Amino acid sequence: MSKNKRSPSNQTMTRARTAQSTSDRLLEIDGLSVEYQLPDRTIKALRDVSMSLEEGETLGIAGESGSGKSTLALAILQYLGDNGNVSGGSISFKDTSLLDASDEDLRSIRGNEIAHVPQNPQTSLNPSITVGEQIAEVIRLHQGKSSTEAKEDAIGILRQVNISDPEENYERYPHELSGGMQQRVLIAMALSCNPELLILDEPTTGLDVTTQSKILSLINELKDEFNTSIVLITHDLGVLAETSDRVAILYAGELVEKGTTSDIFSNSANPYTRGLLAATPDIETERELKPIPGNIPNLDRVPDGCIFADRCEFVEDECRTGQIDLEAVDDGSGHVTRCRRWEHVVDEPLKTSESEGTTSGPVDEAYDSDRKLLEAKNLTKTFGETGLLDQVFGGEQPVQAVNGVDIDVCESETVGIVGESGCGKSTLGRLMVQLLDQDEGTIEFRGEDISSTSDAFDEFRKDTSIVFQNPDSSLNPQKRVYTILERPLDLLADGAEQDKDERIAKLLMQVGLGPEYATKYPGELSGGEKQRVGIARAFASNPKFVVLDEPVASLDASVQANILDLLQELKAEYNTSYLLISHDLSVVNHICDRVAVMYLGEIVETGPKSDVFNPPYHPYTQALLSSIPSMDPEDDRERIHLEGDVPSARNPPSGCSFHSRCPKKIGEQCEQSKPELEGTNAGGQDNRHRVSCHLDEEQMNEPVRET
Amino acid sequence: MLQNRNARIGLGLLGPMIAIVIVAPVLPLPDPTATDAANAFASPSAEHWFGTDHHGRDLFARTLLGGRVSLLFGLGSTAIGLLLGVPIGLASGYFGGNVDEGLMRFMDLFLAFPSLLLALLILAVFGGSMQYAILAVGLVFTPRIARIVRGSTLSERNETYIEAAKARGESHTHILVHELLPNVKSPIIVEASIRIGFGILIGTSLSFLGLGAQPPNPDWGYMIAESRDYLYNSPWFMLWPGLFLSITVLGFNMLGDGLRDILNVEIEEQ
Repeated sequence: MSKNKRSPSNQTMTRARTAQSTSDRLLEIDGLSVEYQLPDRTIKALRDVSMSLEEGETLGIAGESGSGKSTLALAILQYLGDNGNVSGGSISFKDTSLLDASDEDLRSIRGNEIAHVPQNPQTSLNPSITVGEQIAEVIRLHQGKSSTEAKEDAIGILRQVNISDPEENYERYPHELSGGMQQRVLIAMALSCNPELLILDEPTTGLDVTTQSKILSLINELKDEFNTSIVLITHDLGVLAETSDRVAILYAGELVEKGTTSDIFSNSANPYTRGLLAATPDIETERELKPIPGNIPNLDRVPDGCIFADRCEFVEDECRTGQIDLEAVDDGSGHVTRCRRWEHVVDEPLKTSESEGTTSGPVDEAYDSDRKLLEAKNLTKTFGETGLLDQVFGGEQPVQAVNGVDIDVCESETVGIVGESGCGKSTLGRLMVQLLDQDEGTIEFRGEDISSTSDAFDEFRKDTSIVFQNPDSSLNPQKRVYTILERPLDLLADGAEQDKDERIAKLLMQVGLGPEYATKYPGELSGGEKQRVGIARAFASNPKFVVLDEPVASLDASVQANILDLLQELKAEYNTSYLLISHDLSVVNHICDRVAVMYLGEIVETGPKSDVFNPPYHPYTQALLSSIPSMDPEDDRERIHLEGDVPSARNPPSGCSFHSRCPKKIGEQCEQSKPELEGTNAGGQDNRHRVSCHLDEEQMNEPVRET
Repeated sequence: MLQNRNARIGLGLLGPMIAIVIVAPVLPLPDPTATDAANAFASPSAEHWFGTDHHGRDLFARTLLGGRVSLLFGLGSTAIGLLLGVPIGLASGYFGGNVDEGLMRFMDLFLAFPSLLLALLILAVFGGSMQYAILAVGLVFTPRIARIVRGSTLSERNETYIEAAKARGESHTHILVHELLPNVKSPIIVEASIRIGFGILIGTSLSFLGLGAQPPNPDWGYMIAESRDYLYNSPWFMLWPGLFLSITVLGFNMLGDGLRDILNVEIEEQ
């Protein structure tokens, strides 16, 4: 599959050309403003945004939700929808003004020259057409090729985006592919007509770190091999550091800072960018997270002065009046910032480069085998047990979600569970609070088997609680916050006679919300506020043990840091133990004392965080850690890419379940015998650091050899 | 609510109808059963605003009073349908598995009978009493309401707020009544308003067949039945009860459509 760039002179379309054409400037956005018209108000989603993209360059656009980054992508494509319109500025692609182009011209530009990969692969592919056919259709439509030619091309592109067995996968339907494969198919579809500009909207959101790392290296490959220009939109700064040449930061519809990636990551001159950097957990530097206070403002009324002023730590009176212009920080690199006080800002040391020496969580002290709060032994859970009918008619194999897991949690300890999606970590969390009944195994709470007496179970229920991943669905939309917090008090709290109103007001204060929130419905709250209510509900009954199921996964970075801080505070105050379930190793590293790494329902490595992460022993842990995007753009360490996807838990591989993807597989031994979870020599006393792998320790510590 | 066109029209049609049905018994109307053979088939006049029927009875009084049985029939049968269908649908959707199978197959039994036929059957067995007919139609409505409630419950029961309730040890009853029911109320309200319209039609049909309201008491269905033979001589006779019946049923249906739009929007906004 060759990739021929068409030069502008080959274009047959009629276009309005500007007088002087800038040679290698592909996309030029100048003073762009976009408004959304709602029945009762107008949302000024973008205001005076200017940026440009050179050929072969990757431009990263970052910001919290509501910052207008997706609107910008849609504006470039002229896909704003009925209620959105461009109220000012211009967008030119090569020498064509996209705002003035006719519908026919636009149709030909989209797909042929500008391709868009939308955010959600599940809903962007047609579920009833094979993925190959969907790609071939684009080729036929845009390039007028015959069916056989289009099929050949489509298979070539699938190979190009590193899909194994492209001929076979051509015939598959979207639901038969994993999330990472679907995302590749979408990228393949976008590439099918050799676009000069590729717009990727949150290409790795919702994917596991291992898959994310593969998609990111694919993006970098595209740039290196085919000189494709890319606009990459994301909320994840690590993704930008990995891929972008230049970065633009949006906040509340305004461009607040723009510059080369190293300008932004190591020399940011904008308080908001610095806030984002300080709020994002980074596994390499153990620094304190610094949340950005407050929320993104409503965009129907834009205040005078700096829009970030209310949340800014550098704010002075001069920030509140007049229009704030972009000021050049460094003329040479084009580094600009929208801040009047940037000279003061750059004098402050940047949080990422500073190692404060204080780690956030207590490291090892919390573990004390005499103070075990909860101990689960041999927990096993299988879903979809085959009944008689299934056996007769050949129903599906049951899924072994959790397979013989031993785990213990001590008083005031935070234990983290990490693993890719489908590894059974959420099921384990639900077993640990008995939302699900285990098929096998026991749970001891304070040394007593909770299933032995009903008193023991009641005590367990009273002292345990759970915080869920998605705050939108974990609060009943029909109930006021007061009612939501009242039930656990009625049911579980000691001394129910105490003044409930007082207790609810106190709970709300503790989670950083005012007592006035008691009368609100969940629909009136932001995502972060909802999660705070969810946390308040979990703490209403003074629990001793709380399962945190991806508590920050659906929140923006600045909010994420707030919630993590809050969880730390509450832990100190209530003397609670946590079981933190997360796919995000940086989050786990940030607040956990001990870590367990799960793969296909089993724990493959466990131990104190410092032993597990530094250096990692199990090849899977190594791969997970190496997949995390680094916040340091200069970092070019080798990534370990795992082969394929997580195998199906219906039919797990024999022997070591990781052998099918293991980069350090030693041979038949791995396929045939299952390794035991054994203590390492380096782990020292009482076998706390345990790994299940046939390799010996020296082999585990070796770097992965190149294949 | 009044911003929705359908709901506005529905309420505009229903408001006067319901007011008439409630107020009619205390209005100074002529005696609806007093016959006046000499004055049969009279056209509308100052004395008889809607004209008279084949016995010379005043059609204005008979039409205004004739809606009570029909409306009662619609409301009563729907109330019975909700009383039985909502708990069945909630339990079926929430517990799933064998409970769901058992309840739904039992409901299918009722679904197999056309509603009018079952009502006729019950009236034939228990005698021409209105209570039994209302009960019969209520039973026929039950599976339809149960299915709608079950469907909404199925999508709600996997929301994590239900898990949160289980995690703090709530009873099933509490979860069903306090957590689930408020979240499935919109489809219930919409379905109920459409069911009432159906119920009125069935009640009127029974009277039309002579099985509902008994003569000489006025009733729309019975009046339409009587007027059939005189359609050419006196169109007024059929026009008034037919018009009132149509307006009432149309009103409930439009209200139902309007409510669906309004409640859907509310759900989306949440």
